[in-house]
Amino acid sequence: MEDINKLWIKRIYEKCSGCRRCEIACSLYHEGKIWPEASRIRVFMFVPGVEIPHLCFQCNDYPCVEACPEEALSVDDHTGAVITDKSKCTACGTCINACPGRVPHLHPQDDYIVICDLCGGKPKCVVSCQEGKWDTLILLEGQDIETEKVSAETPKQLAHETARKILGEKATEEVYEW
Amino acid sequence: MVNGYAGKFLEIDLTNQKVEEITFSKKILQDYIGGRGLGVKILWDRLGDKWETIDPLSPENILLMLTGPFTGYFLGARICVTGKSPQGNGIIGSTVAGEFGVELKCAGYDGIIFTGKAEKPSYVFICDDTIEIKDASHIWGKTSRESMRYLVKDSINDIKKIHPNYGEFKEPSVLYIGPAGENKSRVAAVEAKYSHAAGYGGYGGVMGSKNLKAVVVKGFGPLPDVVDQDKILELSQEFSNNCFNIEFFRRWGTGSGGYTFGADSSSEPVRNWQEEWHNEKSYRGEEFDKFWVKKYWGDYGCPVTCLKLAALRDGKYAGAICDNPDYELEAFLGTNLGIFSPEQNIYLSYLIEELGFCGIQGGAILGFAGELFQRGILSKEDLGGINLEWGNVDAFAELARKIAFREGIGDILAEGLYRAALKLEEMKKIDVLKYAIHLKGMAIGGHGLKSGKDMVTRTSIGYSVSVQAGDHTSSASLPIDEDGSELYSILSDSAVYCFFTTFNLVFDQIASFYQAVTGWELPKESWFSEKGLRILHLQRIVALLGGPDAVWRSKQDDTLPSRFWEPLPSGPYKGDSIDKNTFEKLKSEYYTAVGWNNDGVPTSEILQKLDLKDVELKLKKEHLL
Repeated sequence: MEDINKLWIKRIYEKCSGCRRCEIACSLYHEGKIWPEASRIRVFMFVPGVEIPHLCFQCNDYPCVEACPEEALSVDDHTGAVITDKSKCTACGTCINACPGRVPHLHPQDDYIVICDLCGGKPKCVVSCQEGKWDTLILLEGQDIETEKVSAETPKQLAHETARKILGEKATEEVYEW
Repeated sequence: MVNGYAGKFLEIDLTNQKVEEITFSKKILQDYIGGRGLGVKILWDRLGDKWETIDPLSPENILLMLTGPFTGYFLGARICVTGKSPQGNGIIGSTVAGEFGVELKCAGYDGIIFTGKAEKPSYVFICDDTIEIKDASHIWGKTSRESMRYLVKDSINDIKKIHPNYGEFKEPSVLYIGPAGENKSRVAAVEAKYSHAAGYGGYGGVMGSKNLKAVVVKGFGPLPDVVDQDKILELSQEFSNNCFNIEFFRRWGTGSGGYTFGADSSSEPVRNWQEEWHNEKSYRGEEFDKFWVKKYWGDYGCPVTCLKLAALRDGKYAGAICDNPDYELEAFLGTNLGIFSPEQNIYLSYLIEELGFCGIQGGAILGFAGELFQRGILSKEDLGGINLEWGNVDAFAELARKIAFREGIGDILAEGLYRAALKLEEMKKIDVLKYAIHLKGMAIGGHGLKSGKDMVTRTSIGYSVSVQAGDHTSSASLPIDEDGSELYSILSDSAVYCFFTTFNLVFDQIASFYQAVTGWELPKESWFSEKGLRILHLQRIVALLGGPDAVWRSKQDDTLPSRFWEPLPSGPYKGDSIDKNTFEKLKSEYYTAVGWNNDGVPTSEILQKLDLKDVELKLKKEHLL
């Protein structure tokens, strides 16, 4: 697949205050309610102080889209976001396992997968983060994406890496394991 | 259907391992709101007629964890923990920040009511409509952090069984106790995250007395519907902007207070309140800043981030992590113990949390022991070999361990200032109660009154007539409908929000938020002359009923610790003291303003007006009226 990213959300984990306003903004936009688990961006906290805002990384090769047996996932031409076709999705979970960051998750009430759709080009999470004056989430366009983009990782991997940065080597044993 | 509430509460009978859902009428929710207010109502209805006979550490006590209609919608989420307090034998509404209240509401419950006592160490696991009382034997005795790791791991595996194909889900939230709580210490806290605690009241000990190690909750649902979401967002941004304008607070939280409350306002406890002034530049905010690895750390919905994450990455105490420490921890686990090193203060704050203490109550008992050692009343032998000199952080750490596990002298000190002092008086035949800086069984927050310059407690009667005694977050003042009065604290603890996000806001702004959530009006008049006042009176009454081991009477107990009447011995305000005549005059004015008689007891007239006739009958029966 060609490189069609037009937008990408940069995330600076060390700066996340853990206020979770991004979850509030996202779920209000997509669900009309405050619904932390239904949010397409979720702040994982596997150790207090190490808060990881987790959302789609828009991999260059989109393995989730490739893996979907129902052709329920597609890439938006304008933004590069992954779009879920609810009517086709059977909630089989293949995309979750295909994603190197385990980003997709089931809608907590209905049987379909939710993935960040970049709100059609104006991501609400970024707006709320900027309004909160945190600058943890930053919307990138064009050339900046090339230099800033990182590959997908799971919340647990990111928690370990960020804990090491914030708390020091010894503190990584603090991260909850399971 | 009520908006802003999940509409149901869990009642968990630990003795019989029974769980049921209960509801409260719209009228009760409108009158008592949630959190502290609703807690007071539940406790009065269930325990009021036999209040003075209930031992707070017995299965008869009821432990409550209650959200309010603001939880999850307002800036900065909290939950209120309450019950009959093992410190004052009354009711303390003790709130703690974090995501627990939000998860609970998303799971479908506004609160949890615990009755009875589990047969063996247990924890409660809640995932939406799955509620299990599980064995906690394997984590009983473990420190806070290690307990958390086990609990989260086990709970995530349990949630996976319920939602096998869901993908990744966010971690559950936990309220828990450490060893101090397990061993029924009256100065133990109910904890969350790092150094987050419902400290005042001693409810960690109540959890321990019920064999309840923790409550774990995960909610997959949405927050309950509200009436006007757009209005909520509009007000949230307005209130957030207000917080952003107080940039100093956002930058430093209360973390620069460890220096300024001593050096500038002479109102910080130093060596068990023997002084309130210090000028130790080693203790300035900038020195703490060096250890802050996250300068803007908050809980769900918070724009303020008074929290600062501190970590010791190397040195003798490497691995210690705590939040801030905030001012109260800087004071009670620092200056009050003669410790003026940020590194040592961070270590001790971390340890206190690991052991499960309230930083204020636990620090105050350490300071009390320190003074008894200074005066030769407690010897090194009495302390099991500890050389408890001011500033000796390792000695205070070792004593804290002894208290948490009730070893030797720790068994006495675990009973808190008032009860430990009585016991030690009996043993030593010396008056030591004068060194126990408490009010009605509770250590006083770190805000001295003598200089009159403290930013938090501004009037000399602040603690004396408060229904939460030494609680600096619920101090009383006049006029009773003006910003900073105790009726405002009752509102924030009942709607359950953090008052650090509401500086400079007026009552009507809070009321309009309440209306946007619930659809109900809350006229200022109805709060200050009816609803808020009713909660205040109920709290006052249970404090007066007290029992079974201690009762408080206004004449001798609506006062201040004897040390507070002595003039400041040092600093720029040396010689300043509290004027007794002004104090008595203010106290009398306060009694009149809230409707108490000369004995500080609510009058029949006000009780009838507030529809509290059963309270009046009870007071008459106990010859208090």
